[in-house]
Amino acid sequence: MLTRPDPPTGRPGKPGGGRSHRVREALLGLLLLTPGLVGLGVFVVFPLFQAVYLSTRDNDILGNPTRSVGLAHFAELLTPEFGALLARTFLFTALVVVPGVLLPLAIAAPLTQKLPGMRIFRTAFALPFAYSASAASVVWLIMLNPGTSPVNWLLGLVGVQAPSWTSDPGWALVTVAAVTVWSVSGFNLLVLAAGLAQVDEDVLEAARIDGATGPRQFVSIVLPMISPSLFFAVVTTTLTALQALGQVHIMTDGGPNGSTSTLVYSIFDRAFHNNNSDYGLASAQGLVLLVVGVLLAAVQFGVLERRVHYR
Amino acid sequence: MSTATRSRLNRPGPVPTALTYLWLGVAAVVLLFPVLLTVVGGFLPSSALLHQPPRLFGGDWTLDNYAEAWNQPVVPLAPAFANSLFVGLVIMAGHLVTSCLAGYALVFLRTPLRTPLFWLFLATIMVPYESIVVPNALFVRSLGLGDNRLSLVLPFLANGFGVFLLRQAFQQFPRELREAAVIDGCGHLRFLFTILLPSCRPALTALAVWSFLQGWNMYFWPLIIASGDNSMNTLQSAVFALKNNEGASPAVLLAGISITLIPTLLLVVFGQRWLVRGFTAGAVK
Repeated sequence: MLTRPDPPTGRPGKPGGGRSHRVREALLGLLLLTPGLVGLGVFVVFPLFQAVYLSTRDNDILGNPTRSVGLAHFAELLTPEFGALLARTFLFTALVVVPGVLLPLAIAAPLTQKLPGMRIFRTAFALPFAYSASAASVVWLIMLNPGTSPVNWLLGLVGVQAPSWTSDPGWALVTVAAVTVWSVSGFNLLVLAAGLAQVDEDVLEAARIDGATGPRQFVSIVLPMISPSLFFAVVTTTLTALQALGQVHIMTDGGPNGSTSTLVYSIFDRAFHNNNSDYGLASAQGLVLLVVGVLLAAVQFGVLERRVHYR
Repeated sequence: MSTATRSRLNRPGPVPTALTYLWLGVAAVVLLFPVLLTVVGGFLPSSALLHQPPRLFGGDWTLDNYAEAWNQPVVPLAPAFANSLFVGLVIMAGHLVTSCLAGYALVFLRTPLRTPLFWLFLATIMVPYESIVVPNALFVRSLGLGDNRLSLVLPFLANGFGVFLLRQAFQQFPRELREAAVIDGCGHLRFLFTILLPSCRPALTALAVWSFLQGWNMYFWPLIIASGDNSMNTLQSAVFALKNNEGASPAVLLAGISITLIPTLLLVVFGQRWLVRGFTAGAVK
């Protein structure tokens, strides 16, 4: 995915440009890079170092760092509670990524057939993409509100007693994950449909003539051909799940009993929620999030991307 | 093989076709009911939504919920709408300007250190925003901007993904054209604005749409930087506040949500091409 930066192409400036010209060009280049570098330097690179500093400090009520506490905040992360929080974060991510990619794939695949109405279906199935996390959460709270829930009503028709979606500790995380799956399904559908549209008809025909049909054709020919889109969907969905806050905050507020408290929710909770201001611990958790994110990306790019077939 | 034979080969038989429509129909009912509920529910009297299941059809349609959602004094939606527009548009402009300039310097100029600088831009994509939100919040609060909207956008004006996307797009520009322009005496900025950018319109549109959505849908930052009164709410934090205050009336909530969905629904219905083509082209190829 990340193409290696090209070797200096030595794109010529003015042919035969002299030394002063090259200096001017270098200065112009640095000048043009300045806005981006300043913006990212001040608000991404520098805060990273500051997060490391804050993670070793206590702070007063205004957030000013006070005495050094060494690695005490990180020691607080070596507890079973934080282990459970991390495990819950990974479980949530898996509960979002697997169905969040497979469901749109199962919808996008039949949409490639040349049948009437497929364009309308595609536009319709993309609609959840329009929902922000907070809009999706509030609509689904109404969908699941006991007493009026159309979901519970439907389950009742087939004789299933609906659980308390957001207030049963055994269901809350699944419920929030399902709403997240719903809200990523629109974008992933568009991505996968775009990938499927590129599949070469001639190759499929050759396979058909060789006797490959149906599921076998899909698994051994179509899937490899759309692997770049699949990989893109997996990576972006992983990031969305790992960074989900709105759904958790609005639907369950981390509860019941902390059963939906994920890493990002915990950062928000410790640092800003209910007038908390535990900036040191939140910064330490933020660094854990950074490491988790980088490791997940390394695994995805190191393991999955090897199997991606780029044309 | 002629197109006619080919399309006949692709046409599935009647049974698979029926199964296809059945599956798509079931999926549509399940996945799109919330959308129907949002759009229709906002026009229904509250009583229709207190039924199980909600009575979406056959009732009296009303605009009262929209009026109430818009006019209720607890969480004013008009300033929140203005704030969200401001955030989306300013972040979009910021990303476009910083990424165009940086992309140009990385591709077309013999800028010193351009390879390590490009890797630096890429590396910033890897930093989850939540990892640095604490120091950023402390810093922006310390600037004493108070209720100035600038504090909603300040950390997001530059973006590594934008630089990456436009660098990829600029590299596709034919080298010979660029050399011809230079020989004709076309200066750097003129080349950038009159030749390069118009030819990279798909990538620019994709970045613009992506950036706008980033700003429009942002949740964490407005929530913590706007705490206090409601004047700095964006629509996203307003929806949350509205839910806490108007919990009793789902119809008003749905009307409020429909208002937040206006620009994004328009984009999804009419702008799908831009949404996907542009940045899958950058990231997938």
